[in-house]
Amino acid sequence: MRSFISHTFTAVVVMAASSAAAAPPSIVTQGNGAALACASCHGVDGAGNPQAGFPVLAQLPPAYFAKQIADFKAGTRAHPVMTPIAQAMSAEDAESAARHYSSQPRPKAGASTVDPAVIARGKDLAINGAWGRQVPPCFKCHAVDGLGVAPAFPAIAGQHATYTVSQLQAWKTGARNNDPQKLMKAVAENLSDDDIRSVAEYLATLGSRGKENE
Amino acid sequence: MNKFVGYALCVLALGGMIGCDKQPLPPEPANVAPAAPVAASAPAAPAPTQFTPPAESEIPQNEYGEMVLLGKNIFANTQQHAKAYVGNGMNCANCHLDNGRKADSAPLWAAYVLYPAYRQKTRQVDTIQSRIQGCFLYSMNGKAPALDSKEMTALVTYHYWLAKGAPTGVKLPGQGYLKVAKPALTPDMARGRGVFENNCAICHGANGEGIQARGKYAFPPLWGKDSFNWGAGMHRVDTAAGFIQANMPYGLGGTLSDQEAWDVALFMNSHERPADPRFKGSVAQTRDTQHDENCLYGRTPEELTAVLARKAAAADEAKPAPEQREGLSPATSH
Repeated sequence: MRSFISHTFTAVVVMAASSAAAAPPSIVTQGNGAALACASCHGVDGAGNPQAGFPVLAQLPPAYFAKQIADFKAGTRAHPVMTPIAQAMSAEDAESAARHYSSQPRPKAGASTVDPAVIARGKDLAINGAWGRQVPPCFKCHAVDGLGVAPAFPAIAGQHATYTVSQLQAWKTGARNNDPQKLMKAVAENLSDDDIRSVAEYLATLGSRGKENE
Repeated sequence: MNKFVGYALCVLALGGMIGCDKQPLPPEPANVAPAAPVAASAPAAPAPTQFTPPAESEIPQNEYGEMVLLGKNIFANTQQHAKAYVGNGMNCANCHLDNGRKADSAPLWAAYVLYPAYRQKTRQVDTIQSRIQGCFLYSMNGKAPALDSKEMTALVTYHYWLAKGAPTGVKLPGQGYLKVAKPALTPDMARGRGVFENNCAICHGANGEGIQARGKYAFPPLWGKDSFNWGAGMHRVDTAAGFIQANMPYGLGGTLSDQEAWDVALFMNSHERPADPRFKGSVAQTRDTQHDENCLYGRTPEELTAVLARKAAAADEAKPAPEQREGLSPATSH
C-alpha cells in the first residue's frame, strides 16, 4: 500500500512536471501481478539507474521498445531479469509502456567526472566515426542529436555509460544479436574497448532535449 | 607499352610520383603502393599511393581555417548552411561520405586535383567551381551559388584543404565511385526490390522516401520530390551501383554482391524524381541530347539493356589512346 501511494505520488509529480496528457499506465506503475512494474527499475520517467545498469527508456521509439519486449519474450534477446518480466507482459502491456516511455523527456545529464580527453575521443567517434575501419558515426543512424530515428533506431544520447558499454560489448561478442541486418554487430566488431568506453562516456554527457533545444 | 615502362622507371628513379611531369592517364588504380613491374612483358599498374587527407584537427586557427570550416559545415549540413541553393532534402555528405573524405565515395581531394577538365556532360572545360555548381543544380535540385559567393568560396577552400599534398592532374585511387563489373545477369527490377527491402528500407523507408526525425531528414530520400533530380550522376545505374556496393549499408560496405548492387541500383533509379533542369521538348528529345548513358530516363529496363549492348559493340571499335585523353574528366557521373 505504501509503495502504491508512493508510486501514485511520483506519477502525479511527473505528470505535473512534464505536463503529460495521460496518467502512466498501470504496467509502468504497478505491474500486472506477474510482471514487475517497469518503474521499479526504470522509473516512471524512464531515467533508469546508472549504478545498477538499468537503461534510460525515455524517448525510445515505441516500435523499438515493443520489439525489444517481443525479442525478450521470444528468446532472441536474453537478460536474466528482463526475460521473465517480458514473458509475463501482454502485447497491450508492451504497447502502453512503449507509448508512455516514448513521450517522456530524456533525463538531464549530470556533471561528468570523466577525463575530458576520453569524452573528446568519444565525441569524435560519435560525430565523425572512423570510416577507415568501417565505423560509421553513431549519429549517422541515431540522428544528429543522438535521440534516435523511429521506428528502428533508438535514442542513445543521455544513455548511462554502463549500459552503453555493456550493449556494445554484447554486440561485439555476439551475446546480443537481435539487431536488424547485423548493423550493430558490424559496428561493434570494429570498436576497441577504449573506443567503446569513450563513446559511452560521451553519450552519457548529452543532456535532455528540453524546450530550449528545439 | 613504352609509356608504361617509362612511367615505371620514372617512379623508381624518383621514389614516387611527384616529379614525373608527363604521365599517361593512369590505369584503373589499385589500393597498393607503387610496385616495380615484374617483367617488361607484364606491365604492372604504376598506381599512385593511397592519399590521406589532413585530419580535421589540423584545420588552421586563422581566417583561412575559418573558411575551411565553413566549407565543411556547408558540406555536412547543406540544408542549414546553404539553404538558399538547395531544393530537396539532401546534404552534400549523403553521397560524399565522411564529409567528402571517404575513398570510393567521390572524395573531394581526388576531385579537386582533376579540374579544370573537359566534361562530356557540359561540353566544356569545367573548373572545380562550375563542377560544384553542377552538384547544386542536379544532386541538390537547387540553384547554383555564384562563383564569387561566400558559399562557393567556402566549398572550394574546403576542397583545396582536403587535397593538401595531393599530386595535381593525377587520378588518385578511390577517385569517384567504384566501377562495379557488369554482373552475370541483366539487372532486374524484382530482384532489386528484394535487395532494397532486405537492406535499404530500414533507413530509407519502405517507399524510398527517407526518414525524418524531429523535422529533418535523418536518412535521405532515394527518390521522390525531395531526392536528387534526373540530371544528377546518381540517377545513372552504373554510378549508383558503385556507390552502393562500396558504401551501403553503413558499416557493411562491400557486403552486397555486384549483382545485388546493380539490381538495387536499377530498382532505385526506376522511380520518379524531380525533373532534369535541362529538359527540353520531350523526354525522348532530352534523353537523346542529355542521357546517352546508363540510365532509364523513360526507357524500360529491357530497352536500356538493348541500348547498352549496341553502345558496347560500337565502343569496342573506337577506343581513344591514353594520350588523347589528357584533360578529360575520368568522372562518368554527373
